[in-house]
Amino acid sequence: MTKTLKLKNNTEQGILDFLKFLLEKDKVKGVFTLKKINKDGSIAYSLITKPEELDDAVPFFPLMPTNAGKLLSRFTLNGIAKEPIIAVVKPCELRAFIELVKREQGNLENIFFISSTCGGVYPSKLAIDNNALKKNLIKYWDDVKKGEINADLRSACKACTEFIPYTADITVDLVGNNVLDKQCILYLNTKNGEEIAKDIKGDFLEREIDNKKLDSIRNKRETEKKKLFSEIDAKMNDLDGLVEIFGRCIGCHGCSKVCPICYCKLCEFESPDSEYGPSYYESELNRRGAIKVPPGTLYYQIGRLTHIAISCVGCGSCEDVCPVDIPLSIIFKKVGESVQKMFDYTPGKNVEEEIPLVTFKQEEFVEVEE
Amino acid sequence: MKKNEDFMPRILAFLCNWCSYAGADLAGTSRIKYPPSILPIRVMCSSRVDPLFILRAYLNGADGVLLAGCHPGDCHYQEGNYYTRRRFAMLKKVAEEVGLEADRLRLSWVSASEGQRYAKVATDFTEKIKELGENPSKSKIFL
Repeated sequence: MTKTLKLKNNTEQGILDFLKFLLEKDKVKGVFTLKKINKDGSIAYSLITKPEELDDAVPFFPLMPTNAGKLLSRFTLNGIAKEPIIAVVKPCELRAFIELVKREQGNLENIFFISSTCGGVYPSKLAIDNNALKKNLIKYWDDVKKGEINADLRSACKACTEFIPYTADITVDLVGNNVLDKQCILYLNTKNGEEIAKDIKGDFLEREIDNKKLDSIRNKRETEKKKLFSEIDAKMNDLDGLVEIFGRCIGCHGCSKVCPICYCKLCEFESPDSEYGPSYYESELNRRGAIKVPPGTLYYQIGRLTHIAISCVGCGSCEDVCPVDIPLSIIFKKVGESVQKMFDYTPGKNVEEEIPLVTFKQEEFVEVEE
Repeated sequence: MKKNEDFMPRILAFLCNWCSYAGADLAGTSRIKYPPSILPIRVMCSSRVDPLFILRAYLNGADGVLLAGCHPGDCHYQEGNYYTRRRFAMLKKVAEEVGLEADRLRLSWVSASEGQRYAKVATDFTEKIKELGENPSKSKIFL
């Protein structure tokens, strides 16, 4: 059984009350959460220290402007956060942050995490039209309460089976929870979570998130995932297929810029080694008689797979920013899952668990030796 | 694919300085015959080879890529080749998943005293690549 805190108010308002309480009582110095930019509803991540600035915060808004794991790593790159912060993030963002911490790109200390069972997010482009977004939001929360997959979500989210946070201090039960509008229940998973919620007005109970409900949602996502994977599989089976999928890549490298796992300051693909100069074109043209410009598309895309598939959390940011709509999130998820399975590894599940490629066992994989 | 008798594959070989490169040297000084298909690149350790190197060779039209290092337990740097093996297994998996021919990639352990073995690895791999035929990426334009 997990200790839980039941607050008056509905879930949306309850969370805001809770965050305000933490700031006012000096339990944390900052709140990291999504906040409205204007009345229309455009949102962005922000770090808030003044309680009244929380009024238009929207912690569980179904958009992910940037993977928060990447943003949090910016605060803690040089060590422990000086003052305690509480961050409201989605499960995949939390896992991305853990992966960055493993790579010494962030620090977990002094950050509390609130996360939720996640109903997924919309593609960022959907938020350009505020009216469309408003209309969609009603449908979104309706689907979340019913535990259905919303039709307009990012494809990464439709196929996401890791929608329950592993290491959050506090979890909010959103998906399949039909009393969202009536009550607010916080699951205090850790000592830190219990500590921070101690003196608030509310009822402390012992309960557990309904596993059956979560399983049925996972099954639905599993079915959707299979469908999306098989669509990609049908194409991605030889060089021609790869050319068909990746051929329209314009080489903007946007996918790697937003990828929380791609953290290298000196990226191989931005380095002089990946600059294709006149002599490259000359020799390639002599050999092939024609060449794509810019070249190196498959090298970049598959190369990125070899570097980050092991830690891909499947947040879908890559596909979200792709100007030519390459189904990157499904490709990375599919290849990622199969690579991660080899090492029985779930990225971001446990900060103590080493990244498989920086460790080894003496007796393993003898089948790849010839 | 039909076996073309005139086809001599071009195989890029990353050989570790301490074992496999010395093994290749020994094969040469012992005058053991093996096909002229191997283009060796000496690296200080097989674990220096980023999967990107192998991928790049493949996409630039190498018919095969051989990665060779010291036998497990014999690495000059104690454990470099264990990392190599993990990474290579990962790379092969990625290649299979995206539909590249993983059979064109090979990992073998060859020690400094195994001139014979080096020649055998080179011969066997060349035969296998001959059966697979030319790397299709040689003639592709939109890579």
